[in-house]
Amino acid sequence: MIPELGHYALVLAFALSLIQATVPIYGARSNDAALMSVAAPTALAQFVFVALSFIALIACYVTSDFSVATTFENSHSAMPLVYKITSAWGNHEGSMLLWVLILAAFGALVALFGNNLPPTLKANVLGVQSWIAAAFFLFILLTSNPFARLADAPLEGRDLNPLLQDLGLAIHPPLLYLGYVGFSISFSFAIAALIEGRIDAAWARWVRPWTLLAWMFLTIGIAMGSYWAYYELGWGGWWFWDPVENASFMPWLAGTALLHSALVMEKRNALKVWTLLLAILAFSLSLLGTFLVRSGVLTSVHTFASDPLRGVFILAILVVFIGGAFSLFAWRAPLLKQGGLFAPVSREGALVLNNLFLTTCCATVFVGTLYPLALEALTGEKISVGAPFFNATFWPLFVPLLIAMPFGPLMAWKRGDVLGVTQRLFGAFALALVGIAATYAVTTGGPVLAPFAIGLAIFVVGGAFVDLIERTGLGKLPLPVTLKRAAGLPRSAWGGAIAHLGIGITVFGIVCETNWASERIAAVKPQETISLRGYDLTFEGLTQRRGPNYTEQLGTFVVRSGGVEIGTLQPSKRSFASRGSATSEAALLTRGVSQLYISLGDPGAGGSVTVRLYHKPLVLLIWLGAVVMFLGGGLSLSDRRLRVGAPKPAKIKPSLQPAE
Amino acid sequence: MHWLRTFALCFMLAVSTSAFAVQPDEVLPDPALEARARVLSQELRCLVCQNQSIEDSDALLARDLRLLLRERLKSGDSDRQVLDFLVARYGEFVLLRPPLSWHTALLWLTPGGLLILGIIALVAAGRCRARPNLAEPALTPQETAQLKGLADQ
Repeated sequence: MIPELGHYALVLAFALSLIQATVPIYGARSNDAALMSVAAPTALAQFVFVALSFIALIACYVTSDFSVATTFENSHSAMPLVYKITSAWGNHEGSMLLWVLILAAFGALVALFGNNLPPTLKANVLGVQSWIAAAFFLFILLTSNPFARLADAPLEGRDLNPLLQDLGLAIHPPLLYLGYVGFSISFSFAIAALIEGRIDAAWARWVRPWTLLAWMFLTIGIAMGSYWAYYELGWGGWWFWDPVENASFMPWLAGTALLHSALVMEKRNALKVWTLLLAILAFSLSLLGTFLVRSGVLTSVHTFASDPLRGVFILAILVVFIGGAFSLFAWRAPLLKQGGLFAPVSREGALVLNNLFLTTCCATVFVGTLYPLALEALTGEKISVGAPFFNATFWPLFVPLLIAMPFGPLMAWKRGDVLGVTQRLFGAFALALVGIAATYAVTTGGPVLAPFAIGLAIFVVGGAFVDLIERTGLGKLPLPVTLKRAAGLPRSAWGGAIAHLGIGITVFGIVCETNWASERIAAVKPQETISLRGYDLTFEGLTQRRGPNYTEQLGTFVVRSGGVEIGTLQPSKRSFASRGSATSEAALLTRGVSQLYISLGDPGAGGSVTVRLYHKPLVLLIWLGAVVMFLGGGLSLSDRRLRVGAPKPAKIKPSLQPAE
Repeated sequence: MHWLRTFALCFMLAVSTSAFAVQPDEVLPDPALEARARVLSQELRCLVCQNQSIEDSDALLARDLRLLLRERLKSGDSDRQVLDFLVARYGEFVLLRPPLSWHTALLWLTPGGLLILGIIALVAAGRCRARPNLAEPALTPQETAQLKGLADQ
């Protein structure tokens, strides 16, 4: 009964989405307020029905209803409750339902908080949003129904892929989807603006909070996925330039560019057409990401063809939405008036430079990811494009961006002064030079460029502080004045500086991890000790342990530093009988922001076991930087000028004197 | 689940063998040679995996390739010769960084080419915008005379 209710709720949501996709837009064209006002309640109702459908799906998983095909394929009655819940979206059908749930949630948010939008814009935005929703509802109902029943219900499920039985990966897809799907709002706003043929600075102000929200979740979602890969895959890598990673990284790059260009549009009414293009691009890349991961085209062109309906359906959605959006753009964009002149050297100019490099980075990742597929489809020739290609092409584009980053926020609008800004950045330069010299003196070995990379990271971090110091006048003005200025500084200014600080922190972590990580591979016998970077690990032996739905071999290592015991590491190998598969669970010892990482290999003769041991200096900074970026975004979002609700104007003191 | 498809295949292959890539018995006694082997491993694709280098892969084939690579290094091959040997055997597909040739030209030229095009477009747009002020057509003699007449009045 519950699966049927869920299915029915989904069908109702689809019906509602069709109403929302047509009536408000017709209302906006004919200027009929009654028709336009249909949008908000339908958006809310649509969300309610998708949510009901999603709850029904979760209920199927929690109660281990194996008469439902997806539950049978992806769940097991012995799994812990939390994984029973998360396995609901650990597969194609469920994750698509999660996708539309988030899409509907964003639509509902616009309906709730969009009261300050002009009525026609609100109607058009919600209408466009519902086009996307309708397409995906249809996709789920026709090709990927999560509620399909099996004629003979099996007694036990096939279990969730062991790799996914992990909390980090359980919350990774929802975060990532919040980011992907969040860009749909910017997209809908862009299409609505094109339909209306009107766009102004106010438009940018409405779009920016949504873009920021999506960007924040995408940032944290990517970081979460990266950390999961780091500890779960067992060889200590955290970024592989894998097509599925690239699929989430491309919208991030485009979204970051969009955030910056929307800033120019809001403040200076310039770059309108470009901002629209980026809004379309960011969501197009999100759709492409969904397609790449969901269609199976990545595994090989042939897998894609083996399940043609799904692949072709998503491809059709892709062609209609991306193609349609770009056609509309080509047709309507020339009508939009350009405004806001500025000199090449100015804050606007710096942001244009930022956009140039970010979009080129994005294009590089795009070409690298899709080139092998395109080449194979066109000529049948197979080539590989992997990490060495991306490292060789991405970093030369990203490093200039990092160098320019501290300059941007210090530039004046309209006309800037590079020399003046350079002087103000003197502190950051000095700090970077000290960092380079210190790194050079302290480290031995490592690549020649490594100290310079450290210098660059310090420069970026220092630049963020200089930005704040300059704005508050710290050191130049008396402290009380500084504090007052700091308190009066818009939260978006704090947010921007903190997000830039986050980038610097991440870069610092990346540089340290890639240049000075050390590794030891060895076969150890019980009571034998292996050493790495001043840490001595004594192997205490292997033990067997039974988990809820797996058995594991647990290695115990006592870690000593300078003879003092500082902890115990217990890496394990888990085997899952239901799937006949195994995972390696690495053990981590965190010292400050550095980590000792150990993963277990095969047991050998005489109770020995092979281990892979790493020392990863400052590795946690990579993800902490992303957390700082997230927090910076959040702070900026709380700025009252950007707050989604209607901003309350400051009370104006009565200046008129009463008539005598 | 994003990484699912990518790694599923390799993990299926890996279950019965080992939990991670380079094994202790593979490591060469000479640290310099081993370091070269490591760098080369990262450039080579595990042919049965998806987008994994033989350095990271735990598939049996990757192990064979790692051993083969070390054999060649021990027998005194240069890095170039090792890569050429593997390409001759397995085709260009084995290289994670495809060499520049006609069919990879677009791939390699995109980053730099796009950046240059972008800069050209920006400069052109800047010029275009500046022109109306600079290139205001000069007054014709007739107009000058008219203006003079007006001023004289």
